Amino acid sequence: MTAALDFTPAPGAAPLPRMVLAQAAAEVRAVLRNGEQLLLTLIIPILVLVGFSTIALLEVPGRRIDFVAPGVLALAIMSTAFTGQAIGTGFERRYGVLKRLGATPLSRSGLMLAKTLAVIIVEVLQIVVIAAVALAMGWHPHGNPLWAALLILAGTAAFSGLALLMAGTLRAEATLAAANLVYLVLLGLGGVVVPVTTFPHAVRVIVELLPITALTEGLRAVLTHASGLPVRDLLVLLAWAAVALALASRTFRWE
Amino acid sequence: MDSPAVALTDLVKRYGRTLAINGLTLNAERGAVTAILGPNGAGKTSTVEICEGFRKADGGTVRVLGLDPIRQGAQLKPRVGVMLQSGGVPPAVRAGEWLRLVARFHAHPLDPGALLDRLGLTEHARTPYRRLSGGQQQRLSLAAAVVGRPELVFLDEPTAGLDPQARHACWDVIGELRARGVSTVLTTHHMDEAEKLADKVVIIDRGTVVAEGSPQSLTGAERQLRFRARPGLDLDELLTALPSGSAAKESPSGHYVIEGHVGPELLGTVTAWCATEGVTADDLSVERRTLEDVFLELTGRELR
Repeated sequence: MTAALDFTPAPGAAPLPRMVLAQAAAEVRAVLRNGEQLLLTLIIPILVLVGFSTIALLEVPGRRIDFVAPGVLALAIMSTAFTGQAIGTGFERRYGVLKRLGATPLSRSGLMLAKTLAVIIVEVLQIVVIAAVALAMGWHPHGNPLWAALLILAGTAAFSGLALLMAGTLRAEATLAAANLVYLVLLGLGGVVVPVTTFPHAVRVIVELLPITALTEGLRAVLTHASGLPVRDLLVLLAWAAVALALASRTFRWE
Repeated sequence: MDSPAVALTDLVKRYGRTLAINGLTLNAERGAVTAILGPNGAGKTSTVEICEGFRKADGGTVRVLGLDPIRQGAQLKPRVGVMLQSGGVPPAVRAGEWLRLVARFHAHPLDPGALLDRLGLTEHARTPYRRLSGGQQQRLSLAAAVVGRPELVFLDEPTAGLDPQARHACWDVIGELRARGVSTVLTTHHMDEAEKLADKVVIIDRGTVVAEGSPQSLTGAERQLRFRARPGLDLDELLTALPSGSAAKESPSGHYVIEGHVGPELLGTVTAWCATEGVTADDLSVERRTLEDVFLELTGRELR
């Protein structure tokens, strides 16, 4: 017995907030259900957190957990906003999902809003889990949480811009490879676990201009050293965000 | 007073140096089923995707429900349902979730559960898209095209790869849409589908319309007489016995087709002639030309 279906036309778009929330919820579900994504966004950051704060592999300034925890938070932000989003969006483009969504009442800007919202929701989940583990390991965060939130938002914008730049231009397989490679390289270079002070000066000058380094150093300044707003790091992140988002919006191909 | 569902005038589309659509003019009436037929590469998908706002025409005018699908896309999208030729759904998403998501984008959607049921997908509601069979994926895409209760649907090869049951289920939905006043524009390779469903058939080839009209007007009032007999009968001799204006051919070998004013008289002449030749005409039948005959006549037999 099938329920009555009335195909009589009754067209109309849903209100924008409802469309955006529905799409964001779908994106969050997709991340949480995807094993590789979870590995990248939660498991690797937690392994890095636990590993590097208990094993004295490298000389770090101050208490080990206080040094490592902000770096791991930055790593987690990068894994979601950059790596996960680049790979996810790249494959959505490849599978024609972006094209199909383009035929629905959800506008392109609505879709971008939903993606941003989904990234922020996943980041909040990551921060809660990572902070809980770090606190259990004796982490003592200091500083103004508002400055930390501001840095994270700017970092999210910068990494999202880079992710969309990559996903909107490269083939999905190339995005997959490149996004993972960039993740690994930045994990090593960006001051996440290896203090940038150990690099030669010339290298350090360049490394400090990377978005991951700016986010790591900025979070560490606030959360470990209770500094005021790290303006230089924030500006570096905003500059990356402005350039990457502008380039992405010019080059992004939906199909 | 209502503008047509689709009005294309002198449409031109190029991909690099390839001219995919070459001055195509086409009207699809409101509330009707319009089938676009054509060989592979004829420009069917390009035409539909221009109407859907996915591609920009290089020339000519495009009006869908009286609107420009690109400049007025935001107004148009809630009113139009789209089924892509393939894909468009994330591989990991569950069938029910996808349909509910698309429903959430609309103000007065159909009940996704009832629609899944109607298309025989209820027991696959929790199955990820990539694990659905090809036919189930097609049906889910059809469901997503109609869930928002559109005025107009574009279906790009809706029954490609479907088994007979699923094809009939799909035809039933299209028939019901028509009964409810929804306009449908579909592309297909299946002549029987076009003949059965369409109010209007548009045959396109090399990016331009080569014939259009109702299936009846395309196949014509002319009927044909078909029979089987031993190969190599002397048809020229037969033709001298038939009324002028008749045509006879053997294709394939041993299968004969006589076209012309097929009436009792012609039938009698043919059977009498067969008797004098000492052959039995097997499977003798009087038929109308099929759409497939018309199609092959217009677009040729070579493979593309």
